[in-house]
Amino acid sequence: MHLNKLPKLTFWRAVLALILAAGAYSTYARFFHGLGASTNLSDRFPWGLWIGFDVLCGVGTAAGGFTLAAIVYVFHLERFRPIIRPAILIAFLGYARVGTTMLYEVGRPIRIWYPLILWNPRSVLFEVAWCVMLYVTVAGLEFSPVILERLGWKAPLKILKAVMLPLVFFGILLSTMHQSSLGSLFLIVPTKLHPYWYSPLLPLFFIVSAVGVGLALLILASHLSARAFGACIEQSILVDLGKAMAVVMLLYATLRFQDLWERGTFAYLRQPTVETTAFLLECLLGVVLPIVLLLIRRVREDPEGLFAAAVLVITGFLLNRLNVSVTGLEGWAGGSYFPRWTEVAVSVSTVAAAVFAFGWAVRYLSVFPPARPSDGKTGEITSARAARELKPATREAELVSRA
Amino acid sequence: MSKAILVDTTRCIGCGACATACKVVNKLPLSDPGAAHDLPTKPLSDDGLVAFAQSHGEVGGNLSAGALNVVEAHGNVFVRRFCMHCADPTCVSVCPVGAFEKTQTGPVVYNQDRCIGCRYCMMACPFGIPRYEWEKIWAPRVRKCHMCAARQAKGLQPACTLVCPVQAAIFGERDELLKEAENRIRQDPGKYVNHIYGQAEVGGTSVLYLSAVPFEELGLPTDLPHDALPNYTYRVLSKLPRLVAATGVLLGGIFWITNRREEVAKKEKPEK
Repeated sequence: MHLNKLPKLTFWRAVLALILAAGAYSTYARFFHGLGASTNLSDRFPWGLWIGFDVLCGVGTAAGGFTLAAIVYVFHLERFRPIIRPAILIAFLGYARVGTTMLYEVGRPIRIWYPLILWNPRSVLFEVAWCVMLYVTVAGLEFSPVILERLGWKAPLKILKAVMLPLVFFGILLSTMHQSSLGSLFLIVPTKLHPYWYSPLLPLFFIVSAVGVGLALLILASHLSARAFGACIEQSILVDLGKAMAVVMLLYATLRFQDLWERGTFAYLRQPTVETTAFLLECLLGVVLPIVLLLIRRVREDPEGLFAAAVLVITGFLLNRLNVSVTGLEGWAGGSYFPRWTEVAVSVSTVAAAVFAFGWAVRYLSVFPPARPSDGKTGEITSARAARELKPATREAELVSRA
Repeated sequence: MSKAILVDTTRCIGCGACATACKVVNKLPLSDPGAAHDLPTKPLSDDGLVAFAQSHGEVGGNLSAGALNVVEAHGNVFVRRFCMHCADPTCVSVCPVGAFEKTQTGPVVYNQDRCIGCRYCMMACPFGIPRYEWEKIWAPRVRKCHMCAARQAKGLQPACTLVCPVQAAIFGERDELLKEAENRIRQDPGKYVNHIYGQAEVGGTSVLYLSAVPFEELGLPTDLPHDALPNYTYRVLSKLPRLVAATGVLLGGIFWITNRREEVAKKEKPEK
């Protein structure tokens, strides 16, 4: 098993190196030649891939962190504890990536911190900026025990554990605020955004779909980590996550389709436009199909089937955010926007860096501990490393449940 | 109290003096290099500005970081396009760092010292007015008409209305200009479309238009609500504190209940 993994790893290393090289060149282009030279943004399309993909999708896909925190710490559904760490790590890396790409996106990156001192509480973006800055800190602190354990620093670990619960609550509140607020960003363009996507309920759609995609990304990350690093996650936990994802997506579909129906939006389906194609693709491929798949028991309980459903949910989510931020606005702008390769390179290379960091953490830190041995329903331990890491996980679990 | 500009498109002759005057006072490069050559290096007096702008008018082109007021030709009608200076401006409400301000006297002004370059103002403006200095590397700015706020502070009128040879655009108190516009429509109902564009659009603007042809033919957005757009956001944003408080209580409650259930389970375990 280890033998056939090695060449695969070098291939991926080569791909990673290529992507990072493209990212490095794009970084140079962005910071030494300006936004005009490094992007296809224009006065008609002031927001593009970096907002649509990096911010909207980036923050949304990291929603697994607060969702799992709520499931385990608030609802006390202990059987999901084994995946709380990967969830929080994904959240932290996701938000760190959002912060990084924002440096590329804003015209004056040196002033990125200005919302801290120059306030406009009427602005949704002001609120989002604050929440993202606070949440990346919270997610970092929530994950830091894993690193501190590894380093064996006991004093800070003690302090952290004492404040962990309030921190987790704060993180959940911050997330409900800004996940929905990303949708609120677009409430201000009722005449610009196509009726397929404009709705007064945008904030609600954004948070519900973020919870759905957060779960999907968690399933995806667990599945791939199991394949690549032999990380051990009981399949039944993932199947339950899949069920939760199905319910969330069903809720999302109900809210969304009811709203579309009430606003008479389905009339636009008769127009063979780019928007109609994008809308149908998003809804059928990214909402209806995964729900159907997840409702079929045979598909849901098959690891590959569950994985496929998760990939579809993520695809639908990405399509939705890009439709809201780009496709839905093309009609008003009277033109189309397609990102320059340097924009794509920045997005892809930061994703690659985040994936690399995640993989690194899975290998060297105890990110994927199996369920507690004391709790009769443990999954089988498939790797020796996982067995070695049982102890810290148990200790942390005990401390938190005592708090 | 609040100043405004009334643009009567039926009077505009398309001389383009306003576009030139705007470039001169904002120190923007003129389209015609020959005209730039004629421009005195010393700051122009108002009389000098009138003379220069009227003899070097610019028509056409699009709004850009280098042109904050342009004269567009729609069929045989000329229309000035520049910032509408909304009463409750979208740009002011969306800017995360408060770089925009609606001054009491009417102009919506931009403070480049606060701007971080997020461009939400450009994204959100219902008229699609703000422009960006895309080619600048270190300190790009958002550019738009500021209704010559600096000139107004000195008691002068904006350069564009000053140089208009036919008073197609006039400067004055918004209330008075609205009355004037109503008068013109009443006196010649056959000539004008019975609508003052900007009176109610997005809650009212400090730039008003009169026209003989439907406004959509002039490239102005006609599907705008009469409610100020910041209200669309505010209706949701104002519920946030309540939502956060309620979510907090709810989460705390669930935590308490489920935690207690666990304690009970723990106590019962040894007995079994």
